[in-house]
This record gives sequence, C-alpha cells and structure tokens, in this order.
Amino acid sequence: MYKLFLRSLISVLFLLGLSINANAEFKVGFVYVGPTGDHGWTYQHHEGRNAVEALGIKTTYVESVPEGADAERVIRQLAQSGHDLIFTTSFGYMDPTNKVAKDFPNVKFEHATGYKREHSNVSTYSARFYEGRTLLGHMAGKMTKTNTIGYIASFPIPEVIRGINAMTLAAQKVNPDIKTKIVWVFTWYDPGKESEAAQALIDQGADIIMQHTDSTAPVQVAEKAGVWSFGQASDMQRFAPKSILTSIIDDWAPYYVERSIAARDGTWKQQDTWHGLKEGMVAMAPYNSAMGSDLIKEVEQLQKDLASGKAHSFTGPIYDQKGNILVAEGAVADDGMLAGMNVYVKGVEGDIPQ
Amino acid sequence: MEVQLIKIEKRNDVSRSIYFLTPVLAIFLTLFGGGIIFYILGFNPIEALKFFFITPISDLYGLSELLVKATPLCLIAIGLSFCFKSNNWNIGAEGQLIFGGIVGGGVALLFYNHDGFYVLPIIILSGAIGGMLFAMIPAILKTYFNTNEILVSLMLVYVAKLLLDYLVVGPWSNPEGFNFPETRQFSESARMPILFGGLRIHAGIFITLITVFLSWLILYKTYLGFQIKVSGLSLKTAKYAGYKGKTMIIIVFMISGACAGLAGVGEITGPIGQLHRNISPDYGFTAIIVAFLGRLNPVGIIFASLIVALTYLGAETAQIFLQVPKYTGQVFQGMILFFLLGSDYLLFFKIKFLGLKKNEL
Repeated sequence: MYKLFLRSLISVLFLLGLSINANAEFKVGFVYVGPTGDHGWTYQHHEGRNAVEALGIKTTYVESVPEGADAERVIRQLAQSGHDLIFTTSFGYMDPTNKVAKDFPNVKFEHATGYKREHSNVSTYSARFYEGRTLLGHMAGKMTKTNTIGYIASFPIPEVIRGINAMTLAAQKVNPDIKTKIVWVFTWYDPGKESEAAQALIDQGADIIMQHTDSTAPVQVAEKAGVWSFGQASDMQRFAPKSILTSIIDDWAPYYVERSIAARDGTWKQQDTWHGLKEGMVAMAPYNSAMGSDLIKEVEQLQKDLASGKAHSFTGPIYDQKGNILVAEGAVADDGMLAGMNVYVKGVEGDIPQ
Repeated sequence: MEVQLIKIEKRNDVSRSIYFLTPVLAIFLTLFGGGIIFYILGFNPIEALKFFFITPISDLYGLSELLVKATPLCLIAIGLSFCFKSNNWNIGAEGQLIFGGIVGGGVALLFYNHDGFYVLPIIILSGAIGGMLFAMIPAILKTYFNTNEILVSLMLVYVAKLLLDYLVVGPWSNPEGFNFPETRQFSESARMPILFGGLRIHAGIFITLITVFLSWLILYKTYLGFQIKVSGLSLKTAKYAGYKGKTMIIIVFMISGACAGLAGVGEITGPIGQLHRNISPDYGFTAIIVAFLGRLNPVGIIFASLIVALTYLGAETAQIFLQVPKYTGQVFQGMILFFLLGSDYLLFFKIKFLGLKKNEL
C-alpha cells in the first residue's frame, strides 16, 4: 500500500514536472493577416518565422486572422497558451495587441507597422521600404520610353505616400520629364482589382508598372503587355521573368531572430524599430540583366550609398505639387516628417484621396 | 448493357422528431467525416477533434468568446428565417449588417465625447433602422418591379462594403490616425456594457435573446406568422386566401434587415469599438448556414449559431495547438450543411430501385 502510494506520488510529480516544463518552454507566436501562400506580405513574415524555428525555438502561427473582432481572441489565446513573444503582423492588429498586452505583462508583443505602444511590453517595427522605392525610381527613370510611370497604390497612409514620393524624386533626378500616374485600389490584396489597375495604367501610356499591393497580378499583366515591372514584398521574378527588373524584398528574418533571442535571454526591451537597406530589413532581388550592366552598376552603387547613409531618399530641395518647398536644399527629411507624410511631391499627378 | 433504374418518390409522412433529429445526425456525421480528414492529414483524430470542439470552451473566457461569436450569427439567422420561411431569398444580410454598422457608427461618431445613458440606445436603434432600410431596397424592387431579390440583395452587399470603405478612408477617418482606414474609437457611452470584467461578452446578448423571443411570438402566435408560413408552403394558397403578398414581402425583409443591422451595430459597439473595413468576417453569409441548420426555428437557430461559432473558435485553437490549417473550419461548416441537406433529401424522398433494364442507347 505504502509502495503504491509512493509510486503514484512519484508519477504524479513526474507528470507535474513535465507539464511545468512544457509550460516553461520558450515559444514564439505569429499572427498573419493573409494565407502563408500569398507570395507577398504574409509569405515573407512566414519566412521570418521559419528562420526563428531554425534556431530550435518553438513557434506557432495563425493565418488569415481577420482584422476585426477575432484578432483579439487569437492574440489572447496565444498569450494564454504559453507563448512568450507574439508578433502581430498587420496594422489592423494595433488596438487588439495593446489591449491584450495590458492583461499579460509578462508576455512580449511586437506589432508591425503600427504607432501605438501603450504598455511597456509592446514594441513596434516597420521597414524603410521607401529606400527600395528610391532604387526603383532610378531604374524607372532610366528605362521608361513614354516618361510615364504607373503606380498601383493601396491606401493613402504615410507609408504608401512616402513610397510614391521617394520613387518620383529618384526618377526625376535621372529623367526630369517623368510623370507618376497613380491608381488607388483601396486593398492590400485583390488580384482582380490589381490587374485591372495595371491594365488601366498601361492603357494610359505607362511603360513601367509598380505596386504597393501584395498580389502577383500586376507583374503578370505587365509581362503580358510587354512593359517593365517591379515585384513587391517577395521576389516575384518567377511570375514575370521578362518584365520584372527587380523586387523589393521585406526580410523580417534577422529582426525576428534577434528579438526572439532577446526575449528568450531576458534582454528584450521596448523599442520602435525602423530598419532599412542598412540592416537588411529591406533587400533587393537580383537585378534583371535586360537593364544593361551600366545601369545595374549605378543602382548597386546607389544601394550602397543609401545603406551607408551617404545618400538619402529625401534630400532637398523637395517641392510639393504647388511648388512650395518641403525640404530645403542640402537638408534631408527627418523621421518625424517621413512618418507623417501626407502630401505628394512635384511631378506626381492627381490628388491624395481624402 | 444493363442499367439500374431508380425512381425518386416523395415521402408522405415525415415524423416531426426525426425532422428535428437530422441536424444532430448531420453534426455526428460531420464529426466522423472530420475525424477521417484529420486522420488523412496526419493528425490524431481524437486529439484534433478535442482541440477543435472541447478546448475552445473549456474555460470561462472560451465560453464568453463562443457567445460573442454566436451573438451576431444568431441575430442575423433569426431575421433570415422570416425571409426564408416565406420564400423570400435574402442573400444580402452581410450588406444589411454593414449598412446598419455604418448608420450606427455614424451616430456614434456624432455623439463622440458625449455622455448620457441615451447615447447607446439611439445608436442601436439607428443601426437597426439602417439595416431595415437597406433591406427594403430589394423588397421594394421585388414587389413593384419584379426584380430577383437574390441578385439585388447580393449585389447590394458590395455597395455597402464600398460605401464603408469610402467612409473610413475619407470623411470619417480618424483625424489623428495618419490616414489609416479607420474611424476614432467610440466614446465609452457608445459602447455595449461588458457583463463580466475581463471577458468580452456584452449586453448585445440580451438584444439577441429578446429578438429570439419576439420572433417566436410573431412566427407562432400571430396572424402575420401564419401568413408567412402559408406563403412559404404555397404562394397560390396565400393569394387565394387573400393575403396581401406585397406588404408581407416588405415586412419580412424589414425584420430581416433590422436583425442584421442590430448584429452590425452590436459588433462595432461591442468587441470592435470603431468602424473600419473589416467589421464582419462574412457573418451575413455564414448566418444562412445557421438559419438552415436551425431549421428556421428560433430555438434551433440558437443551437445552430453556437455550433457554427464553435467551428470558428475550434479552427483557431486547432491551429494554435496542432497547426491544423485554418481552413478546416470552413470545411467543417461545409460538411455540416452537406450532411444536413443530404439527410433532408433522404428524409423527404425515397429512392426506389426498379431493377435492371436493358439500355437502349
């Protein structure tokens, strides 16, 4: 009887120990807005997660989480089920992330592209995609024959307007006659709308198509129409091998790895990260040899200069559409101005939807 | 070549108890089918089903979330049952939900930083009226211009979605929100009271329960309910009996729209707290499944909405704990409907085998 008691006591303790161990295991959670197979935004975050997993850190992801009432539950469940660090990878998760963070002070939260850090366990992070746009602008200005660049834009938020401006400024530098035509599609991912927009821009004389949306539809339309294009978020080269000059790649892996290790080792601190070419959060896919080796060399040099800080995407003089000066000659725009950018620079056609 | 001839015959007597038991049977078949799918995908079926259907509701938070998710589904489905019972195919509840949300949200923004007990009731009422008016469009077009209500109500969903997009991007966007497509967070006075601290279950559930009770009253205890039933069974009989068909069509659409509008306003004043582009993960369409799963019966719809809500929660939990693909939830919903319709068919019709015949072709 005594032995039996002892035996069961030991096994209970053993099981208890197991479950404590299971709870104590360091885990990282990811919340995605799209499916992992979107070949754009979510795909790249998933690649970042794979890099964390490769370190031997256990990760969990939940895909296609709507940015409505469901997001809070998913984030909370991840926090409740023993995840120590949670990446919420879309703007629409901003308020739910902060709400859950309040109730789980020991869990760390990382919210992509947002601006609210209401609690000390919430960090935000985003990438200086506009540096990549500067490179695209340089290539577009050199490659266009019609002097018309077609731009498929998602929402009139500062990030998107910054990209349009950075691209236009760089294109003007190499080709002063350049015009930027924009179609607003008001979606991040809608292959149908995106391809219609690409076609409309091509019909209006654009021979360069670029996109701030996530599907591969625009580059495929460009390939068919025989115009140049640029991929978005991931290397889209295989969807339009002739047309794509390069792609701007969001490389979240180094950041996710760094933050996961920091959280595991207890050195994680709240921060607002805005990384670019220098840190590798923005990277460029291989350049299309159709550009010619001279242009490729120029772009590679510009890429180095942007990374080292020798060049800046927003170097004055910069004028708005009416000709008012925004950034004085010789100065560069500071991060505060970039973060709140809500006017077009000279050379962009049309008005920002309000 | 010989072929088997079959004949499909209508059964004359279908017992009531079996009629209400088939949804339960459909659920069991779905569990069984789901287990097989999990097995093929390489998961332990018992464990997967446990994470899918038991883990999500094994604590208070989970139960509260189940009700949060089921509340809009139940409300919309109750409204739809009025339409479907009377042979009016309102497919656009999603649009009515969004339009109700727009009107309610607009009023909430109007009362921004405004305290007072009357704020929330006004918002709720205006949301219901918004949904009601939006549902009257297909109803009036059907009754006076002979249009097809399925098409009109469905197309109006896109109208409502685009209108919401326009408003949150443009005139109603948060002035401090860097142009992100969302409005301000509503003031406290415009939010549904939370019932228990720490949980998200809110007073909207009472609106749903009251609506269920009223629907039962109307459907089973009033002359209007009788008219609705007769029109559903036979339009010719209804006409012969002298019922005013047009008025009834408009009334059922109004009820249905008001319910969807209430669901919309419940979402934005409840768990969401603002207007943005994603106020509904297609509740209006899912509610069609709920309505039929619940046999268009108010009590049945309560159970159906809980079960369908559970498939959503389960899909999330199974993904978190087992990394089961998210879309299994939709597969489950599809299977429930498939098995329900399948067993219905066998319930109402019998298949007779007439033996082998020579094929003359």
